[in-house]
Amino acid sequence: MTDILFNVGYGHFLVLAAVLFLIGVAGVLIRRNALIILMSVELMLNAANMTLVTFSRMWGGQEGMSGHTFALIVIAVAAAEASVGLAIVVAVFRGRRNVDVDRLTTLRH
Amino acid sequence: MDPTTKFAGLPLLAWIPVLPLLGALINLTIGRRLSRQTVHTIAIAAVVGACALSLFLVFGPLWAEFKSRDGVYSIEQNVYTWIEVGAFKVPLALRLDTLSSVMILVVTFVGSLIHIYSTGYMAHEPRYAAYFGYLNLFMGSMLILVLASNMPVMFIGWEGVGLCSFLLIGFWFEKDEYAAAGRKAFVVNRIGDFAFLLGMFLLFWATKDMSADALFTAASAKLQAATDLDPELKGQALQTLKQTIADRGSLDFANLANPAMGKIYVEGFWGGERLAAAAGILLFIGACGKSAQLPLHVWLPDAMAGPTPVSALIHAATMVTAGVYMVCRLSFLYSSSTTAMIVVATVGLITALAAAFMAMAQTDLKKVLAYSTVSQLGFMFVAVGTGNWVAAIFHLGTHAFFKACLFLGAGSVMHGMEHGGSATPGDIMQMGGLRKHMPITRITFMVSCLAIAGILPFAGFFSKDEILGGAFLVNPPGWPAWYGEILWIGLLVAALGTAFYMWRLYFLVFSGDERSDSARKAHESPASMTAPLVVLAVLATISGAIGLPHLSIKLPAFTHALATWIAPSVVPNFFDPITGDPAIAGHASDTMTFILMGVALAVGAAGIGLAWLFYGRGPTPTLERLVEGPLAPLYRASKAKLWFDEIYDVLIVRPFRGLARGLYEIVDRFIIDTIAVTGAAFVIGLLGRVSRWFQNGQVQRYLSGLVVGAAAVFFITDCKTKPTFEYKRAGDMIELHASPGAGVVGKNSKLTWDITGDELADNDATGKLLAGPDVTVRAGDITSPKVTLIIEDPVTRKTVKVTRVIELAVQPDEPQEGK
Repeated sequence: MTDILFNVGYGHFLVLAAVLFLIGVAGVLIRRNALIILMSVELMLNAANMTLVTFSRMWGGQEGMSGHTFALIVIAVAAAEASVGLAIVVAVFRGRRNVDVDRLTTLRH
Repeated sequence: MDPTTKFAGLPLLAWIPVLPLLGALINLTIGRRLSRQTVHTIAIAAVVGACALSLFLVFGPLWAEFKSRDGVYSIEQNVYTWIEVGAFKVPLALRLDTLSSVMILVVTFVGSLIHIYSTGYMAHEPRYAAYFGYLNLFMGSMLILVLASNMPVMFIGWEGVGLCSFLLIGFWFEKDEYAAAGRKAFVVNRIGDFAFLLGMFLLFWATKDMSADALFTAASAKLQAATDLDPELKGQALQTLKQTIADRGSLDFANLANPAMGKIYVEGFWGGERLAAAAGILLFIGACGKSAQLPLHVWLPDAMAGPTPVSALIHAATMVTAGVYMVCRLSFLYSSSTTAMIVVATVGLITALAAAFMAMAQTDLKKVLAYSTVSQLGFMFVAVGTGNWVAAIFHLGTHAFFKACLFLGAGSVMHGMEHGGSATPGDIMQMGGLRKHMPITRITFMVSCLAIAGILPFAGFFSKDEILGGAFLVNPPGWPAWYGEILWIGLLVAALGTAFYMWRLYFLVFSGDERSDSARKAHESPASMTAPLVVLAVLATISGAIGLPHLSIKLPAFTHALATWIAPSVVPNFFDPITGDPAIAGHASDTMTFILMGVALAVGAAGIGLAWLFYGRGPTPTLERLVEGPLAPLYRASKAKLWFDEIYDVLIVRPFRGLARGLYEIVDRFIIDTIAVTGAAFVIGLLGRVSRWFQNGQVQRYLSGLVVGAAAVFFITDCKTKPTFEYKRAGDMIELHASPGAGVVGKNSKLTWDITGDELADNDATGKLLAGPDVTVRAGDITSPKVTLIIEDPVTRKTVKVTRVIELAVQPDEPQEGK
């Protein structure tokens, strides 16, 4: 038990990433608020970043930096995506006074 | 004639059927836009052209062949190869020989007259072009049937005439019962055609299946042994034999009739003559359908629904005789089977008697003539059933003349009655006294009645006498001597009946006083109708002269012309197909011939006398007393046509209709409609409803599917990639191969092996550590069957141990292998 708690290895990072990812997935699937969904997507992206960094360390050793680089690119793209997404959500909220995805069906019909 | 003679790209012979077919093509496609004048000019020109061409070919080239050479009496021309499958080859070939020449002359000549007659009879018909188109189509099909050189081509004509018969019986299809009559003819004919096809397949199967080499060896040995033949002839015979064997299964009549083939009918099938009997009887059932013999005769009386010229041409003179012609064409087959011959003769006799009986109480002019046709066809089948081919064709020809004349006369009478205002122009009870109003029709009708009753010197007397004489003398091998006499007595009774009902008809129509207003107002028909009547009546009078009986007194050659002419195309009445020897046919002395002729004449005269007694001046009170008294059951039976239609209704039509209804309810409504169609739609709908839940347009729904799917993929792949190892015995060494899987354990893992059962890494015999995915150890070094693969992962610092119990004992012969 103490071994798991204190002997921190790659497994811990991977499990944390998996848990974060699942939380993100659950958020995307369950929540109806567009803002929360965007947040959940960010959570999933960060979980992915975490595995990228972990595996980079695992297989690449001390010098392997490709995974880290990739994670940085993902963060940059995620920031851009979040700003666009948030802008849309704000615009939608201004027009309709709510951001419930189930009610945003204008384009479907 | 040179067989390659062509005219406008088609062999000359092919033009005989092609001319009427062209006429049909024109009249059936653009005929509606042409004037009536043009329509009948085209139709008549086509048929008269075919008639002229037939006359030219028969009396020109064929006559020359007949006069000059021995053995070859036919002109054969191949239009093109119709079917070629492996060794099976059916050319669309036509053959004019002495037998088919008689048929084409009768068909084209009677056909021409009836086309001319039709211009008068059908003058007011709205579908004039269709009528002449069908008539021409019939002529073309009939000529193909007659001229065919092999059975499949004959079948084209056989079906073609059946189709035209159907079209023309139901020509006035606006009336339901007429359309039903057409359907009935079609269906009954199909039954016969089915048997015909079976017979044809049987012949094909027999001739194809034989061992060609064995046959050739046997036959050529026989030829070589014949020392009295000169070598050139022998060589020719061998050549023919080779050709025959190459043509086997071709169903060509000449090939089938080849003596080498004759053996097959006797030896090829179960042994004995059974193949000939089976094929002969099956084909005869086909003939029964087409030629209206019992029990398939029921369509012909109903076929009188068609226009009268059609009845004359198709249902009296030509098409219905196709069965007789077919049996004559296959004379070699029937002659080699006594059984088949007896069946043909017996059915013919029963038909002749039954139809004559049924004709007696009919009151419709055309119905009487229809039963008379059935009865006369029965006579012809007795003739072919006794091997009396010449008499059959002779009677076929004379019957075509006098029966066509009778039908056309009936048409003329009905035409007159219709103009007199009768609504039922065929009812003979409404007629009487027409001799005053229709003199030409009356004379020609009387001549034909005399001919059919068998009165000297009219044609019917000679042809019927040939049949009677042949039947009297026939003695099939293995049958008692009185067989022929039974046939003869039966035929005499039928002939008595024929004379009686025909003259009953004559007296009721023409003698006595008019029994209705329309009869009083009737008038003679136009010249286009009476002219053919006169021509046919003349032929019905004189055509008997070409078939006089053989007597010891020397008569001019033309009196036996028909027999001499047809003889090369048919075989003797009964013969042994192996030796080719004909059975000895009885030959009548002059006295016997005259006695037989006298009896036949007396019977005919007696029939006329009886008819005169009862009907001479219209129906007599004596007759009415008899019909209501002692003869009542017989009269009712005749009137009801022996209840054939009713029996078929109960035995066949109703069960069949029940079966069809059951199939409709169970198979069609339930299995196909409910299960297959509605059921399929329901299942698809269900699937649609399920997939609609996923495809609802919400990204979250799609995403959940994606997540579940991805999870499933991971789970399944993970199951298959647990680390394990395999082993293989090679000699006394054991090869161990690790499959580390794709789970947590990665490519940098350190692999070591334990072979002593203590789960710790071991060394091999040389003291080196057993490491790496592939190791080989001596079997003897493995001290424990429990071998363990130890995987250490340096990154995760995890150790996985895989233990397997391996088989160490060596099986003596098979190499050990396991996973």
